[in-house]
Parts: sequence; C-alpha cells; structure tokens
Amino acid sequence: MGQRILILNTAAVQRMLARMAHEIAEANEESGRVALVGIQRGGVTLARRLAERLAMIWGHPVPVGALDVSLHRDDLDQRLAPEVHPTLIPFDVNDRTVVLVDDVLFSGRTIRAAMDALNDLGRPRRIQLATLIDRGHRELPIKADFVGKNVPTALEERIEVCLSEVGGGGEDAVFLERP
Amino acid sequence: MSWTRRHLLDIQSLTAEEIVTVLDTARALKEVGRRAIKTFPALRGKTVVNLFVEPSTRTRTSFELAEQRLSADIVNFTAEASSLRKGETLKDTARNLEAMNVDFIVIRHSAAGAPHFLARVLQAHVINAGDGAHEHPTQALLDLFTIRERKGRIEGLNVTIIGDILYSRVARSDIWGLTKLGARVTLCGPSTLVPREFEQLGCRVTYDLKEAIRDADVINLLRIQHERQRRTMFPGVQEYIQFFGINPARMAWTKPDVLIMHPGPINRGVEIDSETADGERSVILEQVTNGMAVRMAVLFLVNGGRGPQEVIAA
Repeated sequence: MGQRILILNTAAVQRMLARMAHEIAEANEESGRVALVGIQRGGVTLARRLAERLAMIWGHPVPVGALDVSLHRDDLDQRLAPEVHPTLIPFDVNDRTVVLVDDVLFSGRTIRAAMDALNDLGRPRRIQLATLIDRGHRELPIKADFVGKNVPTALEERIEVCLSEVGGGGEDAVFLERP
Repeated sequence: MSWTRRHLLDIQSLTAEEIVTVLDTARALKEVGRRAIKTFPALRGKTVVNLFVEPSTRTRTSFELAEQRLSADIVNFTAEASSLRKGETLKDTARNLEAMNVDFIVIRHSAAGAPHFLARVLQAHVINAGDGAHEHPTQALLDLFTIRERKGRIEGLNVTIIGDILYSRVARSDIWGLTKLGARVTLCGPSTLVPREFEQLGCRVTYDLKEAIRDADVINLLRIQHERQRRTMFPGVQEYIQFFGINPARMAWTKPDVLIMHPGPINRGVEIDSETADGERSVILEQVTNGMAVRMAVLFLVNGGRGPQEVIAA
C-alpha cells in the first residue's frame, strides 16, 4: 500500500494562484492581448480561475479556452488510445499572447503537443506557460514561465491535483503519492 | 472510456461501452473538421491501405478523408486495378501488402467474414468497410452518432428500418448497435426481404408501413440492393413505392420530430421521394459529415498500443 501525502491545502493553492495571476499581469503589459488556454483536463479549471483573478486585476474580462492535446501526442501507438476531450477556443489565437495552463509539468511532452495543437489553430504572437506544480524530470527543453510550486519528485511518484470544482469535495488539495 | 481492440470487424462483438467510446471520441474529432487546419498528426508515418474489392465511392472517400485528417499515408487498391482480377487469392494479396509494412487495412469485400480472415492472418489493424451481407460497422456507428447527436440519446427510442433487410449489411450492423444501446427496432418491407427470423435479433417485424412508422423517432430507409439479389425478391418497383415508399403523404402519419435517415446512395422516387429526402426531417447529409468523424475515431482508437492507459502528465 502506497503513501498519499498532502503537500498543499486549499489556502496554499489559493495563495499560489493569486501570486501567479499577479506574475502573469506583471509580465504582460498589453493585457488586452492575453488569453488563457487550459490543457484538458487538469489545466482547464486552473485557467478559468486564473482568468477570473486577472479580470479583477486588469478590470476587463480575459478570454479562456480549453485545449485537447491527445491528437498530437507522440506515443499514440505505444499505449491505449487516450480519451479525446473537446477543444474549445472561443477567440482568434492569431497575434495573441497565449498563456498555456496545466496542473502538473513533468516530461514536457504534453506541452510540446499543446504547442503543436495550438499552432493548428493559428499563430499566436507569444506562448507562455503556467503550471501549478513543476515536478521535474523534463525530457524536452521546456520551461515554465509561471510556477505555483516546485516539487522535487522521484520518477515513480505521482502528483495528484484535486480542485473543488471537479470532484475535490469543495476543497483544493495537492497530494504526492508514493507507490 | 474503454477500447483495447486492434481491429474493428463488426458491431456484434462490441459492448455497449465500446460503442459509446467510439461515439464520444467521434464527437471530439468532429470539431476538428470546423477548424482552418483540419489535419492532425495522430497517424503520421502510418500507412493505410484501402482495399476495396467491391465498388464503393462514398465509404471509400469518407475513409480516405478521415485518414488524411489523421495524417496517414494512403494507398488505394480497387478490384478493377488489382491482381485479384488475375486470380490472386485474398490471402496472397493481403500478405503482399503486409510485406510492404502496411499498418492498417480498410477492407470492403463481397464475402462475409473477409475482414475477420485478414485479422487472423495479418499483423496489421483491420477495419471492416462492409463485408457481403454481413456487417458494415462504421455505417452503424455513424447512424448511432447522428441519432444521439440529434435526439440526445438512443436508449428508449423507436427506430424503424424499412427496405431490403435480408441483403443489407447496414441493417444487421444497425440492429446490433441500436439494440445494444437500448433502442426498440422495428423492421418493415416486403415479406420476401424482411423475414420473420429477424425477430430473433430482438426486433419487431411488421409488413404494415403505417404501423411501422407511426411511433417512430427515427426512420432509416435502405436501398433495394439490386446487385445482391440473385432473383427478383419483390414483384416490382412500382409496387414497392406503393406499399413502402416514403413521401409527404406518409410523413403525415409520423411524429412531427421524426428523423429520416438513409445510408445512400438514394434511389430517388423509390424508397424515398425527393421532397422528403431534401426536407427538414432529413439528416441524410449530416450522416455523411458524421461518417468522417466516426471513421477518424475508429482509426484513432484501434491505433492504440497494448500498454496500460496511464493518466496523462501525472
């Protein structure tokens, strides 16, 4: 039986998101160009939350989209077919600053796939990356611009992000699971 | 989400859950067709052979477009231009294709079971694009997709299939799929083409058109398959039109929100008149659009490897 360690509670997640929103605002003077795109599934809820916070900071709504990257993965014939979720980008990505949002940054392969998927929809002026947890073990030259927390992990460990909107039971929590 | 199969050979052997997995995947892929860039690299570097030993335009074109959207390399192989004409057996043709490192074979064949045979002897993924009068699984999946998209569900719906049931692989696949997902299926047509034996598949059989369509939520019309009939199985086209043809007068018997479906090609003025085929209840062209999404989903799903389905990025 493995271990499941709580590493972040609701208050900690909220504080991290508040800080990340301010960092995104600080890095983007042209706030009207910025759109957030959450990576299905974990990143979508986080993108919505960050957009709400940014809307308060900037005083105008911030567009949010959801991106499914499963069609652009590089391991499709090495595993069972992944579940495909809808991609919903209700704005033109051309010439925008797109902030990709994911819950956990690991190998970097999801982000590579996300950038390919995004390029199929248009040519953003700039792509930035925000992740709640960076657990290391990159297999590609990819680095996040905005990080909630760096969590050094062993390869066989897992990070589980639970958000109140999606089956978190009204609480946010991040767990480290050891086999 | 559950899909572990390497082939799509028929609907009969699928579970309801597997069918729903295809429909859900197709729903996500349909959206890609509305983008400026409609292709994605899911099958990049894979070779698909469309082995159409029996003629087909619609299904082959639909498969070809689906394969192109997935970025596969495509080889088309038709009966007229192949060595099958010169007496080569299906097994030899297939083994030659395999020797060329083909990854997928989409096969249409006049012999029932031909795709199953290929799946046994080859390493490639095999997709049945219609085998004899046995099954046409992707047609059934696109029919189910269209019904679910329009009606929001399949369970509990009354679906009536009219026409040449005996020689129809579409009817067989539709019957399997619809009953597995909980629809009530009624079959109607001339008694020579709609034998009572079909009741054993869980369908209702009636020879009275009015009774067949009165409570239907969906009416699926099949073409009279002249090419498959060894002898004349119905007295004449005029008589068929008189008893089973769908036209505005007969549409008045139906529920106002009934869907009219047809797998194509349509014999206008026979199983359906032009006004109804082009009318507002008709979803015949939506079926064609959905066919591509469903075929993309099937190719995408069978491409999956054997490993465990791990959670993405965790």
